[in-house]
Amino acid sequence: MGRFVGTGFEQSRGVRRVARVLGPIGGIGVAGVVLSACNIPTFGAFKGNTVQGNSTFHLWQGFFVASIFVGGITFALLALAIIRFRRKGESIIPKQIHGNTKLEVFYTVVPVLIVAVLYFFTVRVENKVDTVARNPNLRVDVTGFQWGWKFYYPKYGVTTITKGVDLYPTLELPVGETATFRLVSNDVVHGFYMPEFDFSRYALPGVTNYFDFTPQHTANFLGRCSQFCGLYHADMLFYVHVVSPSQFQSWIHAHQGS
Amino acid sequence: MTTLQEPLVQTAGVVEHERKAPGGFYKWITSVDHKVIGKNYMYTALTFMFIAGAMALLIRTQLFNPDGHVVSLQTYNELFTIHGSMMLYLFAGPFAFGGFANFIIPLQIGAPDMAFPRLNNLSYWLYLLGGVTMLFGFFTASGAAAFGWVAYAPLSSAPYSPGPGPDLWIVSIALVGFSGIFTAVNLVTTIFYLRAPGMTMFRMPLFSWSMLVTGILILIAFPVLTAALVLLYADRHYGAHFFSVAGGGVPVMWQNLFWFFGHPEVYILALPFFGIISELIPVFSRKPIFGYKGMVFATLAIAGLSTGVWAHHMFTTGTVLLPFFSALSLLIAVPTGIKVFTWIATMWGGQIRFNTSMLFAVGFIFAFVMGGITGVMLASPPIDFYTHDTYFVVAHFHQVLIGTTIFAGFAGIYYWYPKLTGRFLHEGLGKWNFWVTFIGFWITFMPQYLLGLRGMPRRIAIYSPTDGFTFLNRMSTVGSYMMGIGMFLFLLNFIISWRRPRPAGDNPWDGFTLEWATSSPPPAHNFHSLPAIRSARPTWDMNHPEHADAVPAVTGGDESAQ
Repeated sequence: MGRFVGTGFEQSRGVRRVARVLGPIGGIGVAGVVLSACNIPTFGAFKGNTVQGNSTFHLWQGFFVASIFVGGITFALLALAIIRFRRKGESIIPKQIHGNTKLEVFYTVVPVLIVAVLYFFTVRVENKVDTVARNPNLRVDVTGFQWGWKFYYPKYGVTTITKGVDLYPTLELPVGETATFRLVSNDVVHGFYMPEFDFSRYALPGVTNYFDFTPQHTANFLGRCSQFCGLYHADMLFYVHVVSPSQFQSWIHAHQGS
Repeated sequence: MTTLQEPLVQTAGVVEHERKAPGGFYKWITSVDHKVIGKNYMYTALTFMFIAGAMALLIRTQLFNPDGHVVSLQTYNELFTIHGSMMLYLFAGPFAFGGFANFIIPLQIGAPDMAFPRLNNLSYWLYLLGGVTMLFGFFTASGAAAFGWVAYAPLSSAPYSPGPGPDLWIVSIALVGFSGIFTAVNLVTTIFYLRAPGMTMFRMPLFSWSMLVTGILILIAFPVLTAALVLLYADRHYGAHFFSVAGGGVPVMWQNLFWFFGHPEVYILALPFFGIISELIPVFSRKPIFGYKGMVFATLAIAGLSTGVWAHHMFTTGTVLLPFFSALSLLIAVPTGIKVFTWIATMWGGQIRFNTSMLFAVGFIFAFVMGGITGVMLASPPIDFYTHDTYFVVAHFHQVLIGTTIFAGFAGIYYWYPKLTGRFLHEGLGKWNFWVTFIGFWITFMPQYLLGLRGMPRRIAIYSPTDGFTFLNRMSTVGSYMMGIGMFLFLLNFIISWRRPRPAGDNPWDGFTLEWATSSPPPAHNFHSLPAIRSARPTWDMNHPEHADAVPAVTGGDESAQ
């Protein structure tokens, strides 16, 4: 007990010792995450399945590992404090420590540095995710409405649209090709949400949003509306099919007739 | 409603109107005493908490099974709208700055009452009226408001949400907003002008500091909300087009106005509870807070940053400057981290008493760190693109808000209950109250993070059995029932303490601050005499002169209150 009720100076030296060890480990950890993101678990997330979404996924992994470090240290310190300093038997008045400037500066500066690192990677990834190609292979115009979606392929004149309850439209995308999306809403705010692409964007009345997807693997999943938009919000689903370019062409031809 | 006996005033010079003070129901509705109004606020806020909590259990019951049919789609939408609105506008805020602050602040700073006692009374009645107005929505033909607690335009405008229910919601929030503004004026004035002699700003308890900063934040944020509500009402009824594209309006402006209120609001809800924790942990560790000024500046920093982060709720609108808002949002982690480390450092080397109050306080830190970490993730726009409006966000803000309002709030209740009533709450039952709620809390919200990552949007009334959401939703529902039982145990505890009072004495916890230097419950004008205030812990200094923070001035002391 006495060992831990030391002066503030001893404590801060202890913390500095811990910091000397943990600092480089944390730095290596973050760097490792960024460099070899494929080797660490998904932590529950989808892998993105687009060039853009995949970089979001790696950012997620980095944040998660950083969280394990920071949260783990915080929880460990908290648990240690609870266990070591629980009052046992007779109550004595402990040493009345009012603070320690060095330690306080330490636990202010370290979070600033952690946040700065997180911010650096955030900006890099967000620039990548938000880049819109100048000459996309494909344009898709998406319109959200109560309660459904309309997908229009201007190059081919093909439209798919929600036709009623359980009659969801299909968003067909060729793998490996960059598609630029143009997103609008006719009525209220909707959320164009592609879970397996690790992405969502509001369909806002009065605002036109552009973004790109470059799918990496063929896939089938459900897209959804994420922003609450009224009675049938839960039913605003759409099928997403990521297929090979040749399958995409045949799908287009099949729908051009109809 | 219990009527608690005023203590016998033992001094000879009883003030004239103390003797004439009315009792019973008439006292309850007319009193301008901050202690009576504070208790009214607490009872009312906790009642709204139980109502909104029952709604949450209904929501969870609906989601227990895929394609749930417990309630209709419309009812579900009304339930989550009123659940959120009631918890945020009618419980969390008023519980803190109407309940705790009203009762505790004048006692902590050595004042006889709030600066404007009648305004205080008006605040309470506006609040109660606002709350009842919101509930009335359920009794209208077209039902209560059903557009979420954020009321995004144009969904909240007349064409998409017709009927009186949404109007009642708007009026209700406006009334509660005015109540909050008046309370804030009252609090800030009281703290600036009514501090006892010797109570300098840097001797003020951290709870009072938190409430001062909260009051200032309310004055910044609430008028914006009230103005936005007026605009929305004008859109609905007077043909204005502030938020409709057809008339040249800008729908996304509602989101800017709302979140300019909404994000400071999050800290308006959190700061008072941080303050409570900063009071409790030193007392139960028998040590002063570690780095008092650091805590004060951290509180100020949180308040300052909180006015510049509103657009992190709008990352996915594609209309905001991402780097700016993500930088400020990430930075909030710094002062918040300072607080957490300060609490841990305060416990370090202490003599920690784990009674119910301290259990809730430590539970709060665990919950808050978890919610804070996921908050840092959400401050990163790409991760937000992925998780925005999913159950990941639901889990995040419930962990933060339940962490603060329930765990820290109940820590405060168990801590100050002896001061409020002169009685203890039952410790054994209190510990059951804590553990059942705490375990239920983790079972409820941890699965929701995963649900969000697996693609479950928030506010959906039904999901398909093929979505793969069933197991996690069931787990979450079971957890929520546990929390419900935990809350019921609190109610039981309250009733037991009411029926079988166990007297607590004036200073049962060996408290540090001025409220523990007066009787429990305090006399009508709070103090018969004040101890000398020469540090941030006047009551401790008085009771433990050998360990006092400040050496008593021998002669020429200019700060003595005696």
